[in-house]
Formats: sequence, C-alpha cells, structure tokens
Amino acid sequence: MTIKPELPVQFSRTHRLQWEDAQQKHVILYPEGMVELNQSSAEILKLCDGTRNLAQIVSELEQKFTTSGLTNDITAFLEVALQNGWINQN
Amino acid sequence: MAGLTKTNPATALRADITPPRWLLAELTYACPLQCPYCANPIDYAKYQTELSTEDWKRVLTQARKMGAVQLGFSGGEPLSRKDLTELVKHARVLGYYSNLITSGYGLTEEKIIQLKEAGLDHIQVSVQASTRELNDHIAGTASFEHKKEVARLVKKHGYPMVLCVVIHRENIHQMAEILAMAEELGADYLELANTQYYGWAHANRDLLLPTKEQFEQAEAIAQAFKEKVAGKMKIYYVVPDFYEDRPKACMNGWGTTFLTIAPDGVALPCHSARELPGLNCPNVKDFSVEEIWNDSKAFNFFRGIEWMKEPCRSCDEKDKDFGGCHCQAYLLTGDMHNADPVCSKSPNHGVIQQAIDSAARNALSAIEKPLLFRNSKNSRLLS
Repeated sequence: MTIKPELPVQFSRTHRLQWEDAQQKHVILYPEGMVELNQSSAEILKLCDGTRNLAQIVSELEQKFTTSGLTNDITAFLEVALQNGWINQN
Repeated sequence: MAGLTKTNPATALRADITPPRWLLAELTYACPLQCPYCANPIDYAKYQTELSTEDWKRVLTQARKMGAVQLGFSGGEPLSRKDLTELVKHARVLGYYSNLITSGYGLTEEKIIQLKEAGLDHIQVSVQASTRELNDHIAGTASFEHKKEVARLVKKHGYPMVLCVVIHRENIHQMAEILAMAEELGADYLELANTQYYGWAHANRDLLLPTKEQFEQAEAIAQAFKEKVAGKMKIYYVVPDFYEDRPKACMNGWGTTFLTIAPDGVALPCHSARELPGLNCPNVKDFSVEEIWNDSKAFNFFRGIEWMKEPCRSCDEKDKDFGGCHCQAYLLTGDMHNADPVCSKSPNHGVIQQAIDSAARNALSAIEKPLLFRNSKNSRLLS
C-alpha cells in the first residue's frame, strides 16, 4: 500500500484521534487499542481531513514550522498510517 | 466499609503508580444467555444491588479525570440496563472511547442508531459457534440468527464491527467455519478468545479444555486465515495459557492499567479478582476512584515485586510477566502469592498437566458430565 499523491487523505472514520490531557499527547483510539503519537505524527494526522493531498499537507507543515524538505518523512509516516488503517484514500 | 487500610505504606506511597487507562464497567450481572464459560463469579446471584445512574456517572467522571480513556460497557448483558444510552452519552462528553460488549440479544436497529447518536464508538458482538444448533446450545438461548443480524446492523451503521468467539472443546472443531462466518459478516476485528479458566469456565473445565492437538490444529487454521485477511480484518488471538510454559503478563501488571467496576460498585484490579480471598476490595460508593486506585490495600497488593515468593523473586523474567495471574495461582494452588502454575519454573506446574489429563479422561468417558450453565439457579446452588 502506497500513498497516491493526487488523492486527498482522510483520517479513518472507524478510529478516533484525540488529545489526552492526562498523557499530554495525541492518541489514536480503536477497538481494544490505543496508539500514542509524538507531536509531528499528530500534526500530520490532523491535516488528513479528506480535503488535502500529500503535497498540500507537506506545504502546510513546512510553512507552519518554517522549514523545508519534509516530503520524505511525511510520505513515510503516511504509508505507515495507511497500512495501520488510520487513514484512507478513496 | 472495606478496603482502605494501608497495610503496606512502602508500596502504597510509591510515586510510580501509573493511572488507569482502561475501565471495564460491568453494569449488571443480569444476562439472558447462560454461557458455561462466563467470566462472572460463580456466586454472582448473591450480589443483587446495582449502582445507580448517578453512581456510574460519578465513577466515569472520576476515572476519566485520572486518565482512563478506553471504556467497556459490559456485564452480564449491559443492554439490560435502562440507562445505557444515558451512560454512553455521559462517556462521550467526557472523551472516552467506548465499547459495548454484548451478546446482541434484544439489540434492535433503533437502539443501535440511538447508541450511535449518543456517541458509542464500537460494538463487540459475541457469537458462540458457527452453527445455529451449537450456538444456541452453548448460549443456553435461541440467539444465533439474531446475533448475525445484529452484526450486519452494527456494520451498516458505521461502527467498527468486532466479533468475539470464545473457543473451547465444544466449538474448536469449527475454527474454519467460524472464520468463514466472520468474513461473510464483514467483521473488522475478530477476537478468538481461547477460554481462560476462571469463574464458570473453571467449574466446567473438564468439559471445555481441548487437547493440545486440537489447539494446535485450530491455531494453524487461524494463523493461515490471519495472513489471508491481513489489511482487511484484524485478529486478536487470546492464547490458551494451559499449553504455554510461561504465564501471561496478567492485566499488564496489577493496578497499572486496568480497572473493573462490578455491578454493585466493588472496584477490582481484574474482573476475576473477586474470587481472591482477603483482598477486601473497596466500593465506589465509599471511596473515590482516585483513593481506590492509589491507596487501597487491594490495588497495592500485587504492585511491584515485594509480594513475590520464589521462583518469581529471583526470576529474570519477573518484569515481563509479573508472576503471571494471581487468580490462576489461587484457583489451582490455593495460594494467590504463588507463581502462576502455568510457568514451567513453578513447583506446582504439575497441576496444569493434571487438569489437561482430567479433561481428556472426561472427553473419553462413556458418561460425560453435563455442562453447568451460568444462571441464577445454578449460582445460588453453588454460592
């Protein structure tokens, strides 16, 4: 499974992404499980709202953190997310 | 009032107590099914009182404040509680990820929609076998067709659909058919739970425990299926620990992660802990969840390694399995401080083979004992 650059990325409807105060981090919740996210993973997933494709996510994050060259890292993370069913592209 | 005597301040005051993450809310012991492997205590019929709606809301609020996030509404059959939708709504507002663990019995499409609107995240439906005849026999209630219909409706209304099948000697030969049924129903998750021998399952062990060969055949079928459906269906396989030589890391360590509240408000470090003698588990009607979690004798009892005897104390794997399951140690050796006898290092390990042999003898015997079904009559008889 690989990310299709032209298609928007959507966070899974059967998972939930939320901020946990007690843990001071974002988590993904699903049946019988929870994944704790670091800050950069959470920032990427928050942009997976079904309107942005890969290039748009990259450019938005590069702007937000005034940096460049994030494409490879973001692609790699999104592929992991896709394999785990956290996101999809239709 | 039970349970808050700090008998061991050395452990009670440790700063490294982690907050609860999973809350199992056993709303009621009432259940229309009679499964002979039920995890509820044998003597459940003597606990008649149930927490009020306000009690449950307070408990959910307090546990959430400490950091609990995964919430299971269980029982008995949680649908028997008239206030279920109200509790689901409260849980959603608090930010829980909530799960309804149900037999599906009596669950209508209208209720499925209502619970979805209230904020329920997923529904786990139990099925007892792949055929109507065996399902209805094990459940003690005609329920097979309705369960399958419920599974389809759960899926239809956008919930992740979790199918749960408890595996034992009566249905283990159906493994391939059970997997095909899960696929046909479109399960997103399939929990294949080899029976754990507590509560009613302990009483019925001679009739439920399969042979090692049966386990291995079924496991191979499940493993091949897991690879086939990878990416489409997630399989949770609960291992049959009687055929392991190291114990499970029970509850991820006592009082580290899991909190169970029984129907009458008794707080338990694991849902079987009610069977353990002398724990004096506290009640949420008397104490806050925070007091119970941090300060009660029961929740501190097996925290850390101070309680351990040999062979656990000097074992280099004690940080991995925490000595295994205390309920199993108690049920099989009579002392909950012993190592879980599943461990091959346990001097009591022989009791496991005795249990396996006894079950095999029973399977071959001309007059097999009848299953003891989980119902109030049998519960009162055995209390």
